[in-house]
Amino acid sequence: MNHLIITPVVVPLLAGILLLLLREQDVAIKRLLSLGSLIAQLGLALLLVKTVNTGDIFVYALGNWAAPFGIVLVADRLTVWMLSTTALLSIFAFIYAMHSTDKAGRHFHALFQLQLFGLNGAFLTGDLFNLFVFFEILLLASYGLLLHGGGRLRTKAGLHFVVINLAGSTLFLFAVGTLYGILGTLNMADLALKVASVPPENLPLVRAAGLLLFGVFALKAALLPLYLWLPAAYAHTSAPVAALFAIMTKVGAYCILRIYTLIYGEQAGPAANLIENWLLPLALATLVIGVLGAVGSKHLRLQTAYLVIASVGTLLIAFGLNSQAGIATGLYYLPHTTFASAALFLLADAIARRRGEMADRLDPGPVIASPRLFGGLFMITAILMAGLPPLSGFLGKFMLLRAALDHPALPWVMAVVLISGLLALIALARTGSLLFYRVHAASADNQSSNVDKPCFNELAPIVGLLGLCLVLTIWAEPVLQYANSTALQLLQPYHYIHAVLGGRI
Amino acid sequence: MEALIAIMIGVLTACGVYLCLRNRTFPVVLGLTFLSYAVNLFLFVMGRLVIGQPPVITGSSSAYADPIPQALVLTAIVISFAMTAFVIVLALKARTDLGNDHVDGKEEA
Repeated sequence: MNHLIITPVVVPLLAGILLLLLREQDVAIKRLLSLGSLIAQLGLALLLVKTVNTGDIFVYALGNWAAPFGIVLVADRLTVWMLSTTALLSIFAFIYAMHSTDKAGRHFHALFQLQLFGLNGAFLTGDLFNLFVFFEILLLASYGLLLHGGGRLRTKAGLHFVVINLAGSTLFLFAVGTLYGILGTLNMADLALKVASVPPENLPLVRAAGLLLFGVFALKAALLPLYLWLPAAYAHTSAPVAALFAIMTKVGAYCILRIYTLIYGEQAGPAANLIENWLLPLALATLVIGVLGAVGSKHLRLQTAYLVIASVGTLLIAFGLNSQAGIATGLYYLPHTTFASAALFLLADAIARRRGEMADRLDPGPVIASPRLFGGLFMITAILMAGLPPLSGFLGKFMLLRAALDHPALPWVMAVVLISGLLALIALARTGSLLFYRVHAASADNQSSNVDKPCFNELAPIVGLLGLCLVLTIWAEPVLQYANSTALQLLQPYHYIHAVLGGRI
Repeated sequence: MEALIAIMIGVLTACGVYLCLRNRTFPVVLGLTFLSYAVNLFLFVMGRLVIGQPPVITGSSSAYADPIPQALVLTAIVISFAMTAFVIVLALKARTDLGNDHVDGKEEA
């Protein structure tokens, strides 16, 4: 048994516990400890990439209880891909938080680590009930982070976020209970085996449980019509938290990909391809709603939140194609969109700080300090978000259209992706011209020079996240090779099942 | 007994959904509590209803009560307790911050 697999879960948990013990005034130690834990997680994730890149699937049985009787953690290519994306994103979000956000409340550092504990656990677990538990951990931490710093609008958005997620958790439990009641197991690999041979009289229940689960994951991924909680929550929380939450919608997307290739995939007999008829149309509609929201937004951060919804739409269109090329494209697009939308959240905050009372409202305002620097960064981010050549957003969309070529819904995919790209471009171009061109000279009294000067903690994360997108563009081929072999691994769930259950099948 | 339990879960869920859709935070919190009661009961009976059986297989008994749902429900109870506590505190905070207990923070005209 390879103990490396459990380390991405243990490190943030231990760091979170240690952070709780520190006093409030020890900010420097807290930052050092948090940063150390984040770097350790990144190193472990990269080490795991190297380990699983041989094509093997590693299983860690907790307490050495063999599956399906105990809980297992499973590291395959998809899991490790998600872990690395999370680790990279969280480092940059945290560096930005060190600018000032982390001092606004007592437990920011501990909650940040516990959030990562929940995220890493949700990606690693191979047990459906354990997935629920990790969901609750990451949600509880996210409630705290969302409300961090306080404020009227934040509280209101937070209340909606918490209530809808609690309702979602209830649905999750109903679905898990139904599956257990019928199939008598919660281990995902074992479920995959048992779904295939379910007797016809129980089939409607198994399908209902599968669709209930889809509802839960669609809620987490902010798929239409369950996206209404996202814009307010993401627009009103603090910038580093919004940037970190860029991965939260991807947890939903990850679960959809995992459950519906493994348990309800091609080989699931009568329940095969359960959500095929639902996912693609809903994803297309989500993309449309996302860009329409972005066009209609009057605040930059709200616009970014709608662009996150649009990116979820694009991502799930790719997964919804249900082919190797489609899934591989989605996996390439996933880190790109996570990094780009996180960068836009951070940039929006950096710009809003410099506009005084105008904040991020999209109206002509004062000239901001260092307009060339921020204008340039905004342009690069906008190119990434709108999917223009030559950066990774374009590559992702191009591959998406190519993957859709032999799919019956090609006209729909083509039309929606291209038109929404145009609308996103219009929305971002309008934002850019309002923020940087149609400006009037700043009045003398709101010139506070120490805020205006861009500092390392502000610029480094934005530049870093954009740099990661550049890496995805330049080294697109090895990334895509990895994504392709991940998709292949997902579409052959036999290997996963065999790795988990070993000789028992 | 199965019918009785099923009806009970149904009624609890219906009450929970109804209360969740109310416009004040207090009924919403109560609704979430009802929903979590319903789902806990549901999880519990997913191990099937048996009377007077041990949860572990012993040499003398032929039947047993499924112990897994009991463990699951224990976890679910703990989590829903924590969540309810959190949402109550948040509702109180919203009452203070927003000046009223409407879920959208504003009294209708």
